[in-house]
Amino acid sequence: MIETTTNWFAACRVEDAVENGGVCVKCGDDQIALFYFTRRNEWYATQNLCPHRQQMALSRGMIGSSGEDPKIACPFHKKTFSLATGECLSGDECAIQTYPVKIENGLVYIGLKN
Amino acid sequence: MKHKKIVIIGNGMVGYKFCEKIISKSNDFDLIIFGEEPRRAYDRVHLSEYFNGKSADDLSLSTETWYAEQGITLYLNDPVKEIDRDNKTIHSSKGLTVTYDYLIIATGSAPFVPDIPGIDKEGVFVYRTIEDLNLIKNYTAYAKTGAVLGGGLLGLEAAKALIDLNLEETNVIEFAPRLMPRQIDSAGSGMLQSKLKALGLNIYTNKGTSSIEGTDRISSLKFNDGSELKTDMLVISAGIRPRDELAKLSGIEVGTRGGIIVNEYMQTSDPAVFAIGECALFDHNIYGLIAPGYEMAEVAAAKLCDDNKTFKGFDMSTKLKLIGVDVASFGDPFTTEPDARSIIFEDSHKGIYKRINISNDGKQLLGGILIGEAEAYNMLLQTVNNKILLSPNPEDLILGSRGGSSQTENAGLAGLPDDALICSCEGISKGTICNAVNEDGCESVDALKKCTKAGTGCGGCIPMVKDLMLHTMKQNGKYVRNVVCEHFHLSRQELYDLIKIHNLKSYEQVLDNLGKGDGCEVCKPLVSSLLASLWNDMILKKGNDTAQDSNDRFLANIQKGGTYSVVPRIPGGEITPEKLVVIGQVAEKYGLYTKITGGQRIDMFGAHLSDLPLIWEELIAAGFESGHAYGKALRTVKSCVGSTWCRFGLHDSVSYAIRIEERYRGLRAPHKLKSAVSGCIRECAEAQSKDFGIIATEKGWNLYVCGNGGSKPQHALLLAADVDSDTCIKYIDRFLMFYIRTADPLTRTAPWLNKMEGGMEYLRNVVVNDSLGMAEQWELEMQALVDSYQCEWKTAIEDPEIRKRFNHFVNAPEEKDPSVKFDEMRGQKKAADWTLA
Repeated sequence: MIETTTNWFAACRVEDAVENGGVCVKCGDDQIALFYFTRRNEWYATQNLCPHRQQMALSRGMIGSSGEDPKIACPFHKKTFSLATGECLSGDECAIQTYPVKIENGLVYIGLKN
Repeated sequence: MKHKKIVIIGNGMVGYKFCEKIISKSNDFDLIIFGEEPRRAYDRVHLSEYFNGKSADDLSLSTETWYAEQGITLYLNDPVKEIDRDNKTIHSSKGLTVTYDYLIIATGSAPFVPDIPGIDKEGVFVYRTIEDLNLIKNYTAYAKTGAVLGGGLLGLEAAKALIDLNLEETNVIEFAPRLMPRQIDSAGSGMLQSKLKALGLNIYTNKGTSSIEGTDRISSLKFNDGSELKTDMLVISAGIRPRDELAKLSGIEVGTRGGIIVNEYMQTSDPAVFAIGECALFDHNIYGLIAPGYEMAEVAAAKLCDDNKTFKGFDMSTKLKLIGVDVASFGDPFTTEPDARSIIFEDSHKGIYKRINISNDGKQLLGGILIGEAEAYNMLLQTVNNKILLSPNPEDLILGSRGGSSQTENAGLAGLPDDALICSCEGISKGTICNAVNEDGCESVDALKKCTKAGTGCGGCIPMVKDLMLHTMKQNGKYVRNVVCEHFHLSRQELYDLIKIHNLKSYEQVLDNLGKGDGCEVCKPLVSSLLASLWNDMILKKGNDTAQDSNDRFLANIQKGGTYSVVPRIPGGEITPEKLVVIGQVAEKYGLYTKITGGQRIDMFGAHLSDLPLIWEELIAAGFESGHAYGKALRTVKSCVGSTWCRFGLHDSVSYAIRIEERYRGLRAPHKLKSAVSGCIRECAEAQSKDFGIIATEKGWNLYVCGNGGSKPQHALLLAADVDSDTCIKYIDRFLMFYIRTADPLTRTAPWLNKMEGGMEYLRNVVVNDSLGMAEQWELEMQALVDSYQCEWKTAIEDPEIRKRFNHFVNAPEEKDPSVKFDEMRGQKKAADWTLA
C-alpha cells in the first residue's frame, strides 16, 4: 500500500472567495478552481482546465446542482461536471481532478496529494 | 429482364418530379434526360428570390450528385431537336441519338411575346429562366426605370424582381381592366393596386401597348389611348405559350391554340409518348401552376408502372405573397347571383379584401378571394374541396368567430376527412401526415417534411401541416408542461409573474421562495434576465453576480482561449472621427484584434480579464458606454444613412435609429434583440431581418416585427403602416414588453410569433388595438426601465468590490492567465486553435 500525505495549500481568505461561484487559484504552475456554496456551506476544488476544449475556464462557470450532486458548468460550451466526483455529467468528456478543501482561521486550504 | 428506357425531354420542375416519382415506384427503367438550360432543374416558382439573395444553387431542386446517385443520365445544354417515332429514337442538338421505349415530353412553356412594333429593341426582356434573370440584372446597370408588361401573377412576380433590383421606378402595365384577371375580381384588384402602390409600384390597367419606342434601346412605351410612358427597360410577362413545337414536328397531335393533347394518363396521340406540365393540353386546358404539373408527373409515372391513376383536371386555387401582400384565390372565385351568394369584407384602412361565395342554401362554400390577409386560405380551400357543411354563420370564415370559443381552427382540422389533400404539390393527405406523427414519431415540421415530403413544394401548406401535427400530438396527450428546469417547476412566464408579485430582487431570494436545490446553468441566467427585465438593477449587484451567464458576469464576450471581446455602443452606427481614433488607440495599447461587426459596431478581441476595467476606463472617459454585446439584451439598431445624405432617403433614419437604440439600450429580454431603421424601401439597413425593423414611407414609418437572420432566417412582418415616430415607439414599447413577458427562455421573436396562437393577427390586435388592455401598463413599465438605465461598465469600474472580480487569479491578482496563447494572421493576433484532448 502506498502512503499518501496531503499537503494543504493556503489558497486565499474566505472573504476573497466568491459566494455561490468560483475563483481561480494559482498553485505553482497549476491552476485550481475553487467553489463556495453558501446555501450548503460547502467548498469544492477542481482543476481549472475544462477537458472538452482545454480551456482554463471552469472557475468562471456557474455552479449548481443536479439532484443532490453539486456541479459546475463550463462557460464555453456548458459541459457540466460533478464537483463531488469530477465525472462529466453531459456527454463523455474525461472526468476532472477534484481536491479536498478545508477552512481554518478564515483561510481556505486546498489539499494536494504528494 | 432488360430495363426499359425512358427519355425525358426537359429538365424543369415537372421533368425532375417525374424522375423522383418513377424512381420511387420502380427500378425497372433507365432514365435519360435532355435539358435545354445549362443547369439542373431549379425552383422556378421562387425565381424572384434570386434577386433577393438566393443563389442559383439555393434554388436548385437537387444536389449536384443526385442524378448520378440515382443512375440517371443527364445531358444539359442539349435540347432534343427531333423525335423519330417510327424508330423510337431522338436526336439531340449536339448530335446524340438515343432510342427509347417511352418518351416523356416536359418541355414546359415559353413566355408569350406579343407582336408589338419595337419588341426586339435592346432592354426588352422575358422572365422565365435564371439566364433571363441574369440578363435583366446586368441591364439594370443602365436603367433607372422599368416596366412590366402584364399584371398577372407572373407579371407581378417580375415587378417584385425589379423592385429588388433597386430601380427608382417600376411600372406595371395590364391590358385588362384589373390585375390578376384570372384569379381576382375588380374590387380585390382595387385593393391589391392600392397596396402595391403604397409599396412603390405604379400600376396602369386598361392599357394596350401600341409600340415600343427608342432608337436601339427602349426609351418609352406608347399606348393605344395616345399616352406614353418613359422607361429604360421592359420585362414581358403577358402569359405563357406551351412548348409544343417538337411534338408538332414529329406529328403528335397538338391543340389549335397550342399544347400537346393528352388523355387522362398523360399519353399523347402516340401512346409511347407522354406529355406533362405546361406543355400538355388536357381537356382544352393548359395548367400553368406547379401543383397540377406535379400531379401529371405522378399520373404518367403511375401509368408506366401499370398503376392506372388518372388526371382529373386540377383545382387552380392559389395563394401567394406578391411583394409582401398576401393574395389568394380558391374554388370558383367569381361565381355570383343567381348561382351563389357572396359575403364580402372590405377594410380599406388595413388593405384587406375578402370574398367568399356560398351556395344559395348556405350549406356549401364554393370559392373566394383573399387580399391582404390570407391566413384562412388553407382552411377555406379544404372546406371547398371536401364539401364541408357550413355553420349558420359562414361570415365567421373570414371575420373569425366573434365572441364564441377559439376552438374553430382545431375543430376545422378535426372535421377534415383523412383523405383531405393538405399538400397539393406532393399530393399528401391529412391521413398520411397524422400517421407520420402517430406511427413514425415526427414531432416537428422538418421531420414531417423529410418523412412525407409534405410542404416541400410551394410551402403554402406548412402552417396547416404544423397545426395538424400539434393537433395530433395534443390528441395523443403529448402536451409537455413547459417548466424551466429541475429547480423551478414553473414556466418562464409564471416565474416572471411570481417574481413581480413577490417583489423578489435577487436570484437567491427567488430560489428560496420559488425553487429548490442549488440552481443550475439553465435557471440562473433565466432568472437573472427576468430580474433585469423587471427591476433593471445593476446585474452584478452582490448576490446576482454569480447567477449571471459567464458573458454577463464579466460584461464581455468570452472567446476562444479565455480572453474577452469588447464592443462599445455606437448608436445607429454613427461615430465621430475623434471616437474612432480613441478605439484605435485603446486597441493598440491593449493589443486587441479589431473587426467591424455585422451590426455597424467595432469589436475588439483578445482582452485579458484584468485589462477589461482598464480598457473601459479609457472608453468611458472618451464618452463611450457598454454595447451589451454580452447580454441577452438589445444589441444594436442598424441604420442606413437616410435623408441627410442619401438622394433616395425619405426620412432621417440615422437620428431615428439613435433615438431607438438609446431608448432600449441595455433592455434585458428572453434572447438578444436586434433592430434597424431604413430610410426608404430600398431597405439598405435590412430592417426586415430584425426583431423589430422600421422602414421610412412617404407618410411615416412602417414597423416590421419578429424577423431574424441566424440559422433559420425569417422575414419580419408588417405590424403597422405609415405611423409617426412617437406612435411607432409606443408600439415597440408594447411589443417588447409583451415579448419579454411571454416568450419562452432563449426564444427569439420570430419563433415566439410562430408559436403564438392567432399569429400576426393576434399580435397586431394586442399591440395596435390593445385587445388585452395592457398597453398603458406596458408603456409605463418600459418608461420605468428606460429611466433606470445605467451603463453597467461605468458602475463596475467605480465599485471596488465588483472590480476585484476582474482578475484571473484570486491569490495573484497582478498576474494574467499564462495559458492564453495567440497566433498571428494578416498582421493581427488571433486566438490559438482549440487543442483537443
